[in-house]
Amino acid sequence: MTTFLGMPAAPPPPASSGSHLRGTDSFPHAAARTLTDDQLRRNLAHATTTIRGKRARVVAEVPDWEELRLAGEALKADTMARLPELLEQLEAAVTARGGVVHWARDAEEANRIVVDLAGAALDRHPQAAREVVKVKSMATQETRLNDAFEAAGITAHETDLAELIVQLGHDEGSHILVPAIHRNRREIREIFLREMPDVDELFPEGLTDEPRVLAEAARLRLRRTFLRAKVAISGANFAVAETGTLSVVESEGNGRMCLTLPETLITVMGVEKLVPTWADLEVFLQLLPRSSTGERMNPYTSMWTGVTPGDGPQEFHLVLLDNGRSRVLADPRGRAALHCIRCSACLNVCPVYERTGGHAYGSVYPGPIGAVLSPQLTGVTDDASASLPFASSLCGACFDACPVRIDIPSILVHMRAQAVDAHARDVDHVAERAGMATVAWLFRDPRRLRLAQRLSRLAGLLARLQGHPRHLSWLPGPGRSWTRTRDLPVPRGSFRDWWEKEGRS
Amino acid sequence: MRIALFVTCLADTVAPEVGVATVRLLERLGHEVVFPPEQTCCGQMHVNSGYPAMALPLVRRYVETFERALGEGPDGGAEAVVVPSGSCTGSVRHQHADVAEQAGDTALAARARAVAARTFELSELLVDVLGVTDVGAWYPHRVTYHPTCHSLRMARVGDRPLQLLRAVGGIDLVELPGAEQCCGFGGTFAVKNADTSSAMLADKCSAICSTGAEVVSAGDASCLLHLGGGLSRLSTTRGDGTPRAVHLAEILASTRADRPERVTG
Repeated sequence: MTTFLGMPAAPPPPASSGSHLRGTDSFPHAAARTLTDDQLRRNLAHATTTIRGKRARVVAEVPDWEELRLAGEALKADTMARLPELLEQLEAAVTARGGVVHWARDAEEANRIVVDLAGAALDRHPQAAREVVKVKSMATQETRLNDAFEAAGITAHETDLAELIVQLGHDEGSHILVPAIHRNRREIREIFLREMPDVDELFPEGLTDEPRVLAEAARLRLRRTFLRAKVAISGANFAVAETGTLSVVESEGNGRMCLTLPETLITVMGVEKLVPTWADLEVFLQLLPRSSTGERMNPYTSMWTGVTPGDGPQEFHLVLLDNGRSRVLADPRGRAALHCIRCSACLNVCPVYERTGGHAYGSVYPGPIGAVLSPQLTGVTDDASASLPFASSLCGACFDACPVRIDIPSILVHMRAQAVDAHARDVDHVAERAGMATVAWLFRDPRRLRLAQRLSRLAGLLARLQGHPRHLSWLPGPGRSWTRTRDLPVPRGSFRDWWEKEGRS
Repeated sequence: MRIALFVTCLADTVAPEVGVATVRLLERLGHEVVFPPEQTCCGQMHVNSGYPAMALPLVRRYVETFERALGEGPDGGAEAVVVPSGSCTGSVRHQHADVAEQAGDTALAARARAVAARTFELSELLVDVLGVTDVGAWYPHRVTYHPTCHSLRMARVGDRPLQLLRAVGGIDLVELPGAEQCCGFGGTFAVKNADTSSAMLADKCSAICSTGAEVVSAGDASCLLHLGGGLSRLSTTRGDGTPRAVHLAEILASTRADRPERVTG
């Protein structure tokens, strides 16, 4: 007799290959390029040190900061625990207020939905330019929506200042909050001169690299775009399931222009950006600005619920993007990465990010959160994704900075084990596994450890050959990575030898 | 009090002076130190490198060894386990039970939690368990202190090491700029991401040198191995004035009778 154990269930699919979630190079290789760029390293160190200091000052002002973090963590955990039900509630609430909800499994599907919707809206204005304005959407950076628009003959204008700089520079963002963090003002001026053909007209006395002048140039250009745009694309910082309200927080007010002027508004958001009730916003709207920009409050908080006849966009679409998120949700050890509210505090405190910048991570989500989120969304089957969980010294600064207490170091360690298992049979990894197994075998028995300790003293011979009796300045094999910049002391008798010699055992 | 020493595999093999100093310090304070020879390693390197299953036998060895030391039997009688490393203390507290649970051994996980509850990093043992901040040390040197990431954020030892250092006679304790930033060691990170690690080390070494200290101290032999390695390399260009790396235990163990310049770097 056989027992039927049920149908095997396949895990949900990973993020689609068209997503901007993985690079082509492994992290150490990609990082090596940035590490040699002194200007970039100075830009990064200056920017992260400044934001870090500001954040520390405003966080210290809040007497209940730790309680707020605990509340943020608990609210996110609760949201993830009943995500399907809350998403349905959101859909019902948005629909009841005149919005239309679309579900997208992956990047291609999301792009198709958005391009079709935008195309249809633009068809109603045959005399208008085939263009859309965009604001505050990491989700559409993730799906590479701008490329899909370009393929459809529609121009997408980024309106966030830093995003605009990145777009005009034909570059990729390298920070969640400050995508152009790697550029200094001299470089920005050069980009504007090259990419804004009418900049001489706007600034007859010449464009300087003063931040005020650069911002004014962007402002004049954007203002004209806002006033003629018929369609806007936005992201969302939060979506309230209870009321169907969407929210974007920002510093420049460009988002508010996008959200109110065009006739059609299309919002693309990851399914994890949900909060259950309106009251939950009070926690996150305190945590987010202090953690991200080091401000007590962000300058602009925009909220909209469905459509209002005669006021603001008359057509509202909400695209809910999965793209691997339900796969992350399925892993109880890794799912807290979905709690992220994209404040970038972990990037600004990360010593690895500070040296390498965001491009080395190969994903729209760089830094510590990217190192756990991106490989979970895509899976760790390729070298580039598998190298991300190792792009950390596990110093733990990210966990302490995270406003919703995501234990990033623990998830990194969990993802490392997944990466190791996925590549167990790869030639490059066989040697590492053998090395680890040998060390584990030595540590399983103190007699073996002792033998290894005695053998390690042979290193003294090598050291003497190198001209110093007490340290090695060159090692062969993988040890060469160590001795390129550091010496290694020669073992001189173990502690257990001393203990025995003293007659203590 | 009878105290069991977990010297850590790293200190045992390449920095035995850390263990020796820990023993001398605790004995000077009137305590008995036992060294269970069955101990080897906490297993952190395997957990952090993605091989948790390989760490399981090491976790079991730690738990069995120190359960015996803390137990009633002939090898027992210890009231606490001391570890001269914030990193290994952190691993014992935050990884051991988890490794056992991942392997499905909930009984071992419970035992690991019980042993972890009686495992203390050196400065915690001194300040919290033995109730002493002035250990009667004498160390007439200019010293700067690197708090180490795992002491600070995994074991959460707080400012206990600084309380102890401030009470040392003759010491000139100077603040380290950017003290809480990682030195770039991170175990296998130093080899897997050698370029990034070296960039972090270079910044840390220049911060240390900027203080004019003769000695940089820390509570972790692993970070000191990294810092000492970087400073040693730097000394070939900078010369004899380059600071040395010295473990907190060695400073606390020094007395007027010693010759502190003999401490190794």
